[in-house]
Formats: sequence, structure tokens, C-alpha cells
Amino acid sequence: MALSREQMAQRVARELQDGFYVNLGIGIPTLVANYVPAGIEVMLQSENGLLGMGPFPTEDEIDADMINAGKQTVTAATGASIFSSAESFAMIRGGHVDLTVLGAFEVDVNGNIASWMIPGKLIKGMGGAMDLVAGADNIIVTMTHASKHGESKLLTECSLPLTGRGCIKKVLTDLAYLEIEDGAFHLKERAPGVSVEEIIEKTEGKLIVPDNVPEMTFA
Amino acid sequence: MSGFNKVVNSYEEAMAGLEDGMTVIAGGFGLCGIPENLIKQIRTMGTKDLTIVSNNCGIDDFGLGILLVDRQIKKMISSYVGENALFEKQLLAGELEVELTPQGTLAEKMRAGGAGIPAFYTATGYGTPVGDGKEVRAFNGRHYIMEESITGDFAIVKGWKADTYGNVVYRDTAQNFNPMAATAGKITVVEVEEIVEPGELNPSEIHTPGIYVNRVIKGTFEKRIEQRTVRQG
Repeated sequence: MALSREQMAQRVARELQDGFYVNLGIGIPTLVANYVPAGIEVMLQSENGLLGMGPFPTEDEIDADMINAGKQTVTAATGASIFSSAESFAMIRGGHVDLTVLGAFEVDVNGNIASWMIPGKLIKGMGGAMDLVAGADNIIVTMTHASKHGESKLLTECSLPLTGRGCIKKVLTDLAYLEIEDGAFHLKERAPGVSVEEIIEKTEGKLIVPDNVPEMTFA
Repeated sequence: MSGFNKVVNSYEEAMAGLEDGMTVIAGGFGLCGIPENLIKQIRTMGTKDLTIVSNNCGIDDFGLGILLVDRQIKKMISSYVGENALFEKQLLAGELEVELTPQGTLAEKMRAGGAGIPAFYTATGYGTPVGDGKEVRAFNGRHYIMEESITGDFAIVKGWKADTYGNVVYRDTAQNFNPMAATAGKITVVEVEEIVEPGELNPSEIHTPGIYVNRVIKGTFEKRIEQRTVRQG
């Protein structure tokens, strides 16, 4: 079975370490915040200028001046700081964020990522995604392994305009966890009940498959 | 006005001197921390062919979106746009030009502009459409593109409190692009919720020193929320 969105978030959350500053993108990455392992502390960075993002407010706590990068109303966690957009991207570009999790349309064997623009469709913009991928050393991309029509999103070369070049090393799809190294995807784990054959079939880019590919487990 | 007193008492006075074809840098992220009344004043004035530098372009009936109604905007320099139907329509009809700029690069363009730095190098956008036609240089084995800074004829800023000297503090995440915008205008106009006397703000806690600010006006704000999200209390 392919992983659910929640399971993908759970799997990403295992990469969190105590004391990490983390930027979570919109969609599945946002759900990661719900699965922070017990006993570790992380601080969430929101690129509109908040380090230490708390939960959504209660109806009484709603404040128009307090939003996240998805423009949702949020609260500040204890120990949070608030700053300008320039300061926020100094943190991001300067490599001070320990982990960035974001979605994508395509990733390729050279670590290129395409996530912001589909030619022919309305282009709304890249927001902070180009800064995030350029600035972070530790990035996990979350996406489905293939499109609804079965076309692989793990490619030899991205077909869409890039968000960043050579910056992605880790990809979690609904079928597998893979790492990118030396011009290939390396299969590290597979979703429960998903065969190596299915992953091979749905991976267009060069894929290195070790003898033993452990199955992910979920409580 | 006398001495360092920057306070003006009408929005006409606040935006006096804005002319067709000028560049206006606006603070705000989404609808948060936008100078909503200064934008309304530009609408009232009917100034045309404006280049607007702002992370977003508001929505159809609020924020910078209202300047689309009478086609007052010639060009937007933004990181994310299109939350409004009118924007999409004018863009597709070729009536509106958009220069999409990565969010961090946009913030740094304003910061550098205000700080007298004409250009800077960033890895952001290298190897992407954003880097097309821009100078590339390698530093320590990594590629960077040159980005030019931005200054505006006007900067319009939303603060929380200001003193009459134009020292400004922002509230929560309504800070966002406002401090950089404030530095990058030839004429910087700040609208705030409260104006206090000099000495009432703690000098150590001022975000925008008055030297950057030309005019201060007290406004009342709707502060519309774009994505109202709550948890059960």
C-alpha cells in the first residue's frame, strides 16, 4: 500500500533531531509538525518572519497580525522570535535552518528540483521556495512517486523549469524513501507492502537497488 | 511640520507628490501588515502606470488588488501573485507585467537598495529561469547570480506604533517586508495604529529609526484575514 499523507509526515518526522530549527512547506510538510517524536524539541521557522511557530489559535486568540507563510493564522510558541523578511531569509540563505521539508513536481538524479512552474498554466510565483532550496543543506522533498497517469516524477532530468539545481539529496514518496548521490536515486526504504518491482517500474531516473530494501513500519 | 516632526494629518498629504509612472515599494505579506489606507489613497488619486514592488498583490477587493480595478499598475515585482481574478485577467491580456522574484531575493533587493548597495550575489535562482540573462560568478566553488537592488520613488509602510519623529515599531508578523521597504523609498510614508511622543518608545526596541521616514500618519485598519485557521479551544 502506498503511504497516506499522514504516514508520509510520520516518516519525515523520524528525521527530526533534538534542537533542530525546521522549515516546513505547505501541504504534507505542514503535517510533520503533528508527529514530532516524544522527548525532542524542534522549533519551526516560517519564512514570513517567525521562528517558533505554535499551533493554530483558538477562536479567541485569532490575531490578524500573526500568520504563517501559508497566510494562516497561527500562534507563537514559547521562546519564539519575530523578525523581518530580510532577517528570515538571512537565516535560510545563510544555512542556519537544520531541515527543510517541501513538495515538488519533479526531482532528478542530479538533485535538481522543479516545483513552481508548469508552462501553459498560470504561474503564481516561487514564493520562498528558491531561497529555501538554495540555502539549505538538509532538504527532504515529499511528493507522490508518479502522477495520476502513472508518469514518474523521479527523472533522469527534470522536464519543468527548475526551482534549484543540484540541491536535493533526500526524497520521500508515497512508495519509497530514496537518497540522491552520484547521479542516481538510491532506494533506502519501501512503503509497507510495496514491491521493489513497482518502485523500479515507476522510477524513470537511474535507480540503485540494494539487495535488501527494508519496509517502513508504522505504529 | 517642524524639526523632526513627521506627522501628517491627511492621506492626501501623506501621498502628495506621487505621480504617474513612479515606483512604489509596499510592505506586507499577503494581507498581513499592508498599508491598507495608503493603498486606498493611491486608488483615490488615480495615479497610473505604477511599478509596484511588493511580495504579493492583495485580493480582488482589498490591498493592492484594488489598484487593478482602474488599471493603475503597469508592473508588479513580487514573489507570489494571482490570488485575485482581475490580476490573472490583466496578466493574460498583456495589460500587466510581472517580474517574479524569489521572496528572499526580493527582501534583500529592498534591504540593499536602502543600504546603498547596488547589487549582490545569491545562489537563489541559479540554474533556473530567474537566473536567465544574469551575471554568474563562482565563489568557493559555488555558483551565484548577480541581483540588482531596488529603490522606489515612494515606500508605503504599515507600522504598529510610531513616535512623531518617525521611529517605528511593528507588531508580530505584520513586520515582514515593512522594515526593508521603509529604507528603500525616496519618500517613505508610514501609517500606524498609534502615534506617541518622542521618548515613549524604548530606543532599543525601535525597528525602523526615524531617519528613514518622511511622513507618519495615524490610520484605522480593517486588518483582513486571508486564511482563518483555528484549533478547538
